[in-house]
Amino acid sequence: MKFKNKKHTEILEGDLTPMIDMTFQLIAFFMLLINFSEVDRAEEIVLPKSVLATPPTERPDYQVILNLDPDGSVVFAGQRVEQISLMSPILIQEINNARRSRTKSVPAKDIAVIIRAHEDTPTGIVQELIGKCQSEEMENFKFRVKDEEY
Amino acid sequence: MKYEPTENEDIKLNMTSMIDIVFQLLVFFILTFKVVVQEGDYNVRMPLAAVAPDEEMDDEPPELIRVMLRAGETGAISTIEVDDEVEVKTFVGDTTEDLYRQLNEYVDAKVSLGDDPEEGVDTEVEFDIDTTLKYRYTVSAIEAVSGKQLADGNVKKLIENIKLKDNSQ
Repeated sequence: MKFKNKKHTEILEGDLTPMIDMTFQLIAFFMLLINFSEVDRAEEIVLPKSVLATPPTERPDYQVILNLDPDGSVVFAGQRVEQISLMSPILIQEINNARRSRTKSVPAKDIAVIIRAHEDTPTGIVQELIGKCQSEEMENFKFRVKDEEY
Repeated sequence: MKYEPTENEDIKLNMTSMIDIVFQLLVFFILTFKVVVQEGDYNVRMPLAAVAPDEEMDDEPPELIRVMLRAGETGAISTIEVDDEVEVKTFVGDTTEDLYRQLNEYVDAKVSLGDDPEEGVDTEVEFDIDTTLKYRYTVSAIEAVSGKQLADGNVKKLIENIKLKDNSQ
C-alpha cells in the first residue's frame, strides 16, 4: 500500500494565558519583596543575636547607619573608613544634611545613630565610635541586633 | 462606508517579545532576591554633657544601678558585678547563661520591689564594660536588664534607661 503524505498547514498553538498569568504573579511577588536598601548594610557584619530587641516600628526623622567591623573600620553607605578617628567629615556632612532635611530640620542630638557592630567587636571599639559621634553632639544611639528566631 | 468584518477573521497578537521581556524581569528579580533577616534595636541615650545641677533639682534623680562586665582572656565574659549604691554583688557562674540569668533575676527583683509596674522607668542602668569584652556579651547584658521572657511567651519590661560608661580612653 502506498503511504500518502498528508500536508498539514495548521500551526499548533498552546494556550499561553495561564503561564503568563503565573509569570506576572511571580514578578509582582518579587517586586514587592525586593529590598534596595542593601547599601546601608554590610553583608560581612554578623550581628549579635537577641530575643527581646524591639523591631523598629517607625523610621526615625533622620538616621545614620554605621557598620562596625571587629578591626575598627566603619562601613557607611557602602564606603569603608579604616579608622574611627577619620569619621568626622562624614558625621559633619550627615549633621548638615539632617539640618537641611526637606521634611523637618533635625538637630544633631535627635539623629538616630544605628550601630550595626559585628558580634566579635571589642566593646571598647564600639565605645570609641560612640565617643566620636558624641563629640559631634549626637546622643541618640541604637544597637542593632538580629532576632534570635531567624 | 459600513465596516463589515469578514467571516472567520481572527486577530492574533504576537506574544513572543512580551514573554521574552517578562522572563528577563523574572530572572532579574529571582537573582536579586534576598531574604531579609528580622532585626531589632536597643535604645541607648548618651548625652555628652551632664545636666547642670540646678536643672536636675526639679525631679528626683533616677535610681542608678551600676553593672560592671568583666572580660576574660578570650574576650568572653568572666564575672558581673552590680552596685546599687547600697551594696555590691558579684555574680559568678559556670556558664555565661548562668551569669546573665542571675543578672536578669537581680534586676527583676529590684524593679518588682514596689507594686507599681511603671517603677522600672525611673531606674537607670550604667554599664561599665571592659574594653576587650566582645560586643555580643555586652548585648546579652543589655538584654538581661531590658526585659524578662515569661513562661507564657510574653515579655516583661524591666529597665529602659541604659547608658554606657566611657571606657574607650
